[in-house]
Order: sequence, then structure tokens, then C-alpha cells
Amino acid sequence: MNTPLSWIKAYVPDLDCTDQEYTDAMTLTGTKVEGFERLDENLRGIVVGKILEIEKHPDADKLVVCQVQVDEEGKTVQIVTGAPNVAVGQKVPVVLDGGKVAGSHHTGAAEGGIEIKAGKLRGVPSYGMMCSIDELGSSTDFYPDAAPDGIYILSDNAEYKDAPIGSDVVELLGLHDTVFEYEITSNRVDCFGVIGIAREAAATFRKDFVPPVVCETGNDEKASDYIDVEVKDADLCPRYIARVVKNIHLAPSPEWMQRRLAACGIRPINNIVDITNYVMEEYAQPMHAFDYDTIAGHKIVVRRAEEGELFTTLDGQERTMDSSMLMICDAEKAIGIGGVMGGENSKITDDVKTMVFEAACFNGTNIRLTSKKLGLATEAAAKFTKGLDPNTTMEAINRACQLIDELGAGEVVGGCVDIYPNPKGDTRVPFDAEKINAMLGTDVSEEQMLAYFKKIDLGYDEKTKEVVVPSWRQDLLRLADLAEEVARFYGYDKIPTTLPSGAATAGGLSFAGRIENIARDMAERFGFSEGYCYSFESPKVFDKLRLDENDPLRQTVTILNPLGEDYSVMRTLPINGLLTSLATNYNRRNKNVRLYELGNIYLPKQLPITELPEERKQFTLGFYGDGDFFDMKGIVEEFLEKVGLKQLVTYDPAAGKNYLHPGRQANILYDGTVIGYLGEIHPDVAETYGLGEKTYIAVIDLPEVVKRATFDVKYTGIARYPAVTRDIAMVMKKEILVGQVEAVLRQRGGKLLESYQLFDVYEGAQILTGYKSVAYSLTFRAKDHTLEDKEVNAVMQKILHGLSEMDIQLRA
Amino acid sequence: MSMQENLEKIQREALEQIRASEHVEGLNDVRVAFLGKKGALTQVLKGMKDVAPEDRPKVGQLVNDARAAIEQAMEERRNAFLSAMKEEKMKSETIDVTLPAKKPAQGHRHPNTIALEEVERIFVGMGYEVVEGPEVEYDLYNFEKLNIPEGHPAKDEQDTFYINKNIVLRTQTSSVQARVMEQGKLPIRIISPGRVFRSDEVDATHSPSFHQIEGLLIDKNITFADLKGTLAEFAKQLFGEETKVKFRPHHFPFTEPSAEMDVSCFKCGGKGCRFCKGSGWIEILGCGMVHPHVLEMCGIDPEEYNGFAFGVGLERIALLKYEIDDMRLLYENDIRFLKQF
Repeated sequence: MNTPLSWIKAYVPDLDCTDQEYTDAMTLTGTKVEGFERLDENLRGIVVGKILEIEKHPDADKLVVCQVQVDEEGKTVQIVTGAPNVAVGQKVPVVLDGGKVAGSHHTGAAEGGIEIKAGKLRGVPSYGMMCSIDELGSSTDFYPDAAPDGIYILSDNAEYKDAPIGSDVVELLGLHDTVFEYEITSNRVDCFGVIGIAREAAATFRKDFVPPVVCETGNDEKASDYIDVEVKDADLCPRYIARVVKNIHLAPSPEWMQRRLAACGIRPINNIVDITNYVMEEYAQPMHAFDYDTIAGHKIVVRRAEEGELFTTLDGQERTMDSSMLMICDAEKAIGIGGVMGGENSKITDDVKTMVFEAACFNGTNIRLTSKKLGLATEAAAKFTKGLDPNTTMEAINRACQLIDELGAGEVVGGCVDIYPNPKGDTRVPFDAEKINAMLGTDVSEEQMLAYFKKIDLGYDEKTKEVVVPSWRQDLLRLADLAEEVARFYGYDKIPTTLPSGAATAGGLSFAGRIENIARDMAERFGFSEGYCYSFESPKVFDKLRLDENDPLRQTVTILNPLGEDYSVMRTLPINGLLTSLATNYNRRNKNVRLYELGNIYLPKQLPITELPEERKQFTLGFYGDGDFFDMKGIVEEFLEKVGLKQLVTYDPAAGKNYLHPGRQANILYDGTVIGYLGEIHPDVAETYGLGEKTYIAVIDLPEVVKRATFDVKYTGIARYPAVTRDIAMVMKKEILVGQVEAVLRQRGGKLLESYQLFDVYEGAQILTGYKSVAYSLTFRAKDHTLEDKEVNAVMQKILHGLSEMDIQLRA
Repeated sequence: MSMQENLEKIQREALEQIRASEHVEGLNDVRVAFLGKKGALTQVLKGMKDVAPEDRPKVGQLVNDARAAIEQAMEERRNAFLSAMKEEKMKSETIDVTLPAKKPAQGHRHPNTIALEEVERIFVGMGYEVVEGPEVEYDLYNFEKLNIPEGHPAKDEQDTFYINKNIVLRTQTSSVQARVMEQGKLPIRIISPGRVFRSDEVDATHSPSFHQIEGLLIDKNITFADLKGTLAEFAKQLFGEETKVKFRPHHFPFTEPSAEMDVSCFKCGGKGCRFCKGSGWIEILGCGMVHPHVLEMCGIDPEEYNGFAFGVGLERIALLKYEIDDMRLLYENDIRFLKQF
């Protein structure tokens, strides 16, 4: 929210500080200033001038040469201008030689402003410049009386026409001001209005707070004789006040009001609209004016809309309502959407005579939903959404009527119709200075605390030791809230810094966290860098990965309101993100890229979802460039070994992953359980992703690893007796996997077989087509004695026997 | 020529030849010529039979002395040759040490993780345990138990992704607070890092998915001063001993009093620069005393226990610490970016 300092000072007259001091102090007491803009930042040496003479420029058709009086003594300067709207006798803003303006007429505001120097225009000397409103850093939006295309003729404005020649134009136009932008937190509804901020400023600077004195204006008539109000849905409208104004005289509002509105970024329109906006800025209370003569039956009914009811708002749009939305109606028809926007059929027009002035308090949540559903975000709706105080409503409408009266905008009818079935009272919060000090770690006296409260208009009941909180501070409900008020005004910076005493706790990473760190270390040791990928992706990913139509991984946790289809489902497998990232790298011609990711997949337990999905952390590795399937396999095994999975890891080529090369994929099995898979990306998938090189991935399901991981190591003794080594070369059908051979070696080799090492796989000349030769080096050792040949021979016999059962022959 | 003179002559000649030899092979020739089977000295020994028996010990001694002298000279010469050869070899092996290094291709951690590990290290050192919570979360934990009931404006402000009416993608790691407190094990000192989601379109400073670290301490007699002390210590450890902190009042529904913490700009030291937009301060986290109602909802008596909570944006720390100017870089995973960490 934006507010000029001059408006704050109107209610804190003694406030005297620099813009920076104001920013810092307000921020430290909780009214955060986001920034400020000095309206006169780039305005210098601009005075009221009077045009005495105008002559044609000798060499330019579009230029004229003016003699302009620039002080009371009669000093004149010659100014050449191309502006079409100058005439003798006018008063205009003149920037003198060496002065500065905020921008140019054609290109708007300029960074740092524009210096004006004496010079020659087509050979004729010119000692300054007459200014348009744009050159003064504003626009006709905020100065509606300024010429849209020419010099701002001050003498055309009744309030400016008598300004002394030579006086400061910046002063005259109210531009010696600074506009502050605040970030107001949602608990401080009162600070969405100038009065709330002014109260905070007064308390912050320990100055007097002088809010406007509001009195109930009105003639001898009674509003209730004009209008009847019935609130049918009080849950959505806790309070509805209607007042009546007759003999309306629409005119521009006075400059002071226009200037304050303009500084807030609000365009002045006419006195009635401006007063409504002005009071909304002051009290954060939106109001609406209906043309009394359009209200059928002179009755207002507040009710929920009918499902599918069509309604045309005052912006001319027809909108479809639903039964959750609140309508303001007359005896026959809807005339406004409560708290959001009025209707076309009842809006104030230039020939309005009498109006009904509405100030109401609506249910914030309902307004938020209505505004959202209709896609209709208005200033009023934004204010109501915060949840306004119903007691401020009366003050605000009376303030508005008072201004109508003061500005002669109409005749205010006496009294009001006020439907307020459950008036909201003050809140009482028990006060305990000692406990507040205990919460804050401070030693602030009770008197001091009470003084802080008084400064922000909180009452105190000495008898009951209760702080009496007015309804506009709906955020103060219990002692902790009062503690914050004390802290704010005592100063967060003055609260000491200590460390918690309390019992010592043994902190640390979780076991899973340690495993994840090892995963990172291992991946990085092998050249993989860590990537972060999104958790949600497009459902099209499943097609890109060639998943079967009925693959269970297509069952997803789906976002109801995603940013778009591309981010609409929670991933059920982790490889899309990594493949996309690898493809990005490939596209950018990065060579030999290795990436890994630790991230969750989300598996629904049922559809539709009624409980939280299963989140499983996946350790995913992927690379293209140097390396192959077996490199990836090695990394997987190194990792598993490092976290204590030291039993045999086996591989099942029937992994059934459609996105992997059918002949180059495997499930990784440990302890009979699939704990992951690896393989080469299917060429079609690689092509879809734009990966022009063979790409390998491995996915390890960490929960399965964590379950089995251990850092417990037991020393087993170093072999003391010598080993015996035997090499065997075999010929077998190509289809037989070495894994199968190894299974026979392990099974038949028994305890004596210490290890085996594959040292050759060969197909080609000398080997029958369809067959391959495989050679192993076997190492035998006994724990407790030196092996004899006959023992080894016996085991070898068993092994050979086992192999021949698989139709594997020793190679001659 | 007496036997003695003969021996001296042999020794002289042998030493002469040893000196004159130019390589190890030459020394071998000398050995053969003097000490070999047919060598000069061996010949002398063979002539011992002609020496009078009473002179034999003396002559024998002389022969042995001559042999020892020759062998020693030979050994010395040989060692000289060997060390010269070694020198020569090493000289020929000289390399250009300025040739490029062969680095093992190490991978790199993501800057987010590096920042996270820093934060974890600091708080683990203060006795905090690291716990994780679900990313797809019940509305109950993400909002309700954090004092954000249905219809609360804060719920709307957070642009929540919904799975259904009761399940959301968590918008804040604060969701872990209630889960931990509900377990009823007191005191509590935890931090909980993790992924959170908000429906912000992707741009240089926004991402629909980012990371936070939640901290929670519940114990007896905890004060706002303790919160300040803890976070000031954290800031010093993270950004350097000189770092100053500033606490500003703020509002979070689940803490009261609440604050935002700024740290003195580590680029300019607080003087004001482009990095801190001239203010000298950089906003770093939100924090506050756990709201008594939040404690109550988790079955903790606020009269007995209280505590504080804080939430840090991980990306914010990573972006600030490493001066990364575009958040999108964190999710592209371009190796040229990742390699820098």
C-alpha cells in the first residue's frame, strides 16, 4: 500500500524526521516500509510564471517566442516554446535556467531528471522552459485539469489561478512529498488504512496521534424514511449500513483531496467518487454508492445469489453467479455483487440526484472466493478479503458523509439504517508483565508496558488486570500477542541475545541421511554431478518413456490446480528429470556429462487419493559419453558395498523396462529383492529426448538400501595358507549368461572356492557360430591348512560336472 | 724383482687400470685381469709353492692386502659409476612439470546441497537433529495445526497446489513442526530440510518448487532472547564472524511474537551496495516464538513448555552465498554451472 507522508503528518502533526529515519523506525516497529519515492526528487527551480507577450518565431512556424514574468518584481525571461496552448495572461509552471524537470513531454519520466539550460531554439535565445504535467513527473490521470498535450495552464484551475508569480510550483502542486510503500501483514487489517499507519507512526515516534474528528452529519430527515434494508444472509454480511445523500452536486474534488489520492495512485474522478476512495484509503473501508432512483421499492435486500443468476457489473460485463456469492438487491433485482462490484443498473451517472451510500462488513473468505471465481479483482474485494472490523464501518460512512457535507457534494439525510445483529465488543486479554518478560527474556517494567499499550489505543482495566483491545485490533487475543506489542515498541534490537539453556540433545543426521550423503560422495567420486529436478511433470512423460497403456506407474498423484499440464502430475519414476537435464547438456554441446539426483517419487496408495502417497527417495544416475553399461554397474556395486550391502548383487535381464534397450537392461537384486535397475536408454526414447549418444541410467530405490545398510564391520582375519589357482576355459551357447556360470561356480565350488575372476569372453574364429568361449581364473584356499592337489581336483570335478549339466564344455 | 715388489707392481697396475676404466664392463675386465683364475694376483698365489715356508704367512698377508686394496678400489669405482648412471638416467627422465594436470573426473554437489550441508553442520553442532517430513501433506499439518484455519488469508497468500480438499503439496517445511511435536518427546531440537511447492510461475526469482529448512526448539523457559542468540550464531557461522543481524517484527500465524531476520550485507559489510539494494541488510529468514495455540493443538502445555521456530529458504541462501543471479540455473543442471561448486 502506498501513502504520502503528508497524509500521515495530517494525523501526527509533530512528526519530524527524514524519509530514511521514517523508513527505519517504522520497519523496526513492524510497519515494514518497502521503499519510498520523493515526488520532488527531480524537480528544481520551477516557479509560477505569467505570459506577458507572445510573438511568432522568425524562422519556425511551429514555435513561438514568449516573454514570461517570473517574479513579483516583474523580472521577465524569454522562452521559446512549441506548445500549442499558450496565451497571453496565462499562469504557467516555468523551469528557469539551471533548473530540473522529472521527464519529457514525449518520453515520460527520465532517470535522474533533465537539467534545463539556457540555449537557442532555431537561433532565438530561450532562458527556460514552460512545463507540461508530464515534465513535472505526473500525468493528466492525476491532474485531470492539466492539458493533455501542452503546457499545464495553472490559471485555468480555480485553486491555482491566484498563486503569486515567482512562487514555488512544486509546493503549489503538493509535490514536496514522499510516497511510502508499505508491506502490511495480514494480521494488521487496521494498517491497510492511513489512520492505522498514522497511529503506528505516532507510537513509534512517541508523538501525539490526532485522528480526524468525525461527527454524524445530516439534515432533519431520516434515512429510514428513504430506504429499507433487509439482510437475509447475515453470516456473509455481519453489518450493513445505508445512508442517503440527496441534491447531489457532482464536481471535481478539492486539490488537497485529489493530491492525496494521486499520491496513492488513485485517479481523481469527481467529488463523490473521490470521497469514497479517500475514506477507503483512510479507514480501509470500501463503500458503494447506488443511484437511489434506480432502486426498486426503495429497499435493499442482501442475499445469496441464485445458482446461474446472470448479472451485469458496472464495467459492463455480464457475469454468471453461483449460490455461494452474496448479492445486493432491491425489491426486484440484483444491483451489486456484495463487496466486489456494483451493478450497471444502479451506478451513479452524471445526472444522479439522490444516492444510497452503502458501508458494510462482508465475510472476508467469501469475498475472496467470489472474487477468485469471477476473476474480478477489485480494490474493494482486496480490502474485504482481509476481514474488516464491523465497528469501523460506522466511523467510515460518517466520515464520508461529513466530507460530502463539507465539500458541498450533496445534502446528507440524517440518520442511517444499520443492520448489525451481533455487535462486536472489545476483547479482554489478561495482562501479566512478569510472564511477558519471561517470554521475551527482558526486564521491562509494567508501567512501561502499559505506556506502550496506551500509545496504540489499547485500554487497561486495572481492577481485572486486563488489556482492553478494541475490535480493530482483532489480532490481539492472548498474552503472547501482547508480548509482541511490548517487543515492538521496546525494540527487537534491545532484547538481549542469549543461547537456550535446557537439556543438551545429541543432534545429528538420520541414518537415511547418512546413506544419502554416501550416495552423493560415491556418485561424485565417479564423476557424477548433482542435479535438482522438479517433482511434478507432464503426464505425457509416460508416453515419452514408452510405458504400457496400463502400466501402474501411470497411476499418479495429480495436482488439481497445476501451473499447466507440464507440471500436473507428481512423478512416479525419476528418470524424466535426469534425461531432460542430460538432453539440455547434450544440446549445449557439453561432452561426457554425468548427472545424479536424490529425489522422491510419489506412488499413490489408492485412487482416488484418500491418504498420503508413498514417497520413496530414488538415487538416480545417468550419463552419456565415455563409459558403458558395466561402468554404471561398477558404480552401483561400489555404492552398495560402501553402505554395507556386501553380499552378492545379482542382475536379472528381464527387467521389463520399455524405456531401456531390450538387450541392455537389468533389475538389480539384493537378497532376492529388486532394489533398482540399470540399463541403456532405448534408442527411441533417446531420440525423443534429443540425446544423440548412448545414454545409461541406474536407479536405486533408497528405502530398500537403507533397510539393509549397515556400518557394522567385523574383521575376518587375513589368509595364512597359500592359495591354489586354476584356470578354466569353456565353450557354451551364446545365450548362457556368465551370471549363470558363476552361480554354478559358487554353488559347486563350496567353501574352498575363495574367488573367481572372468578373464576372457570370446566369439569368432575357432568358435562355432552361436557359441562363445568364456575363461575364468579360480582361486581356492582353505582357512586352516595348505590345500593339496587332490582336494582341489575334487572341487574342480564338481564344478565341471555342474557345468556339463548346463551343456558347457571345457575348451580343448 | 722380489715377491713384494712384484705384488706392489701388480697392485699399482691394477689401481691404474681401475682409475682408467670408463664403465662397469671395464671394471670387470680389470677383475678378470688381476683377480680372475688366470689373473696376475692369482698367478702370484699359484707361485706360493716356490716361497719358503717360513715366508709364506708374510707373503700371504701381502697378497691379501693387495687383493683387498684392489677390490676396495674397484668397489668405489663401481659405486661411482652406478651413481653417475642413476644421475644420468634421472636427468633423461626430467619432465615439464608445467604440463597440464591429470585430474580424476570428480563430480560436484549441487549448490543447494552445499548450502544445506552448511546449515545442517551448524545446527547439528548445536544439538539439533535432522528429520524429514512428507512433501505431499495433509492440509491439517500444512495449515490447520499451524494456526491457519480454513478461510485464513495466509492460506490464500501461499498459492497452494491441491491434490484434493485435504491433501496439498506442502507450502512450507513448517508442516513438520506439528508432526514432531505430536510425538510428545520433549525437549525438541530439530531442523527439517526439504522441498516445498507454491504455484509461482518460473522466472529469475521464482520457482514452483523450492527448498526450505525449518528449525524447531521446544523446551522449558525458552525466550525470544534465546531465539535471537541462536540465529545470530547461525548467521555468524554461515556468513562470517563479522556478520551482524537485525530482527524486524513480522507476522506468521504459527509464531508470536514473530520476526524476520536480516543479516548485514556480506558484500559491502553493511555500507550499502547494489547487492543489498543500498540498505546494507539482506533478508534471510522468518522466525518467532511458537504460538501457544500451536503448542496446545499438539498436546503441549504452553505454560510449561515453549520454544521457537524458524524457516530459511535454501535457494535464497545458495543464491546469496554464491551470487547466482537466476534461480532457473538451479534446475537446468547444466554441467558448466554445476562444475563451479
